[in-house]
Amino acid sequence: MTISADFVLFLILAVVSVMAAAGMLLSTNPVHSALFLIVNFGTVSVLYLVLSAPFIAMVQVTVYAGAIMVLFLFVIMLLGIERLRHSSALRWQTPAAVGLGLVLLIEAAYVLFVRDAPGASLAPGPLAAAAETFGSPQNVGEVLFNQYLLPFEVTSVLLLVAMVGAIVLSREK
Amino acid sequence: MVPTSYYIALSAVLFVMGLAGVLIRRNAIIIFMSVELMLNSANLAFVAFARAYQDMSGQIFVFFVMTVAAAEVAVGLALIVAIFKNKRSINVDEVSSLKG
Repeated sequence: MTISADFVLFLILAVVSVMAAAGMLLSTNPVHSALFLIVNFGTVSVLYLVLSAPFIAMVQVTVYAGAIMVLFLFVIMLLGIERLRHSSALRWQTPAAVGLGLVLLIEAAYVLFVRDAPGASLAPGPLAAAAETFGSPQNVGEVLFNQYLLPFEVTSVLLLVAMVGAIVLSREK
Repeated sequence: MVPTSYYIALSAVLFVMGLAGVLIRRNAIIIFMSVELMLNSANLAFVAFARAYQDMSGQIFVFFVMTVAAAEVAVGLALIVAIFKNKRSINVDEVSSLKG
């Protein structure tokens, strides 16, 4: 893998996103965790831009970082959780979870980088240049409303159910 | 162009970190955020493969995963608020009334 500008960009984004995820996990203040997760979503959105998915990148910023995380921050500040004291950690399960996670990672790295040729079994040859309109909103709309129309309508019903559920759950008895 | 396996490796790292967060943390909000991190890493894998195979289906599926994640966050946070009103705590160790 030659050190090209693409690789340097990917490396910077990957390091920032992994460090932001680590900050989210290890932070004691839930507000700090939410802000770290927003940084992670932002870097993943830039990765989507690199991967020729401009529409998905903007949807990520709008929906994930802009709506979901704002909802998280609303709830965190509504409940005043940052003032609660930090609970005691589990004794033997924390090292076990970290150890098993490392085992899973080493196994994934082995499958990806050691077996066969690097990445040969994953993608068909070197990446061809994408068409100019590969991830554009027009292209996404064409596929979404022609091929995936039924799942689209089902997700609208899902959103209705989620809204009704949220209202019912938060109603005063 | 960066090989697809690098993106999948990053997706795996983020997924394992989200998984460790679900297993280790006791705060319900942090557990929920770790689940969102896992969903996000799966989205990254989808978009990477959509780029590799020049198939738009990967990006469409990411669209649907984000919709489902938004709906899940709305209902899950309403649940957490309801539990907090009842117990004044969101430590998942204390939500064990059904435990035998």
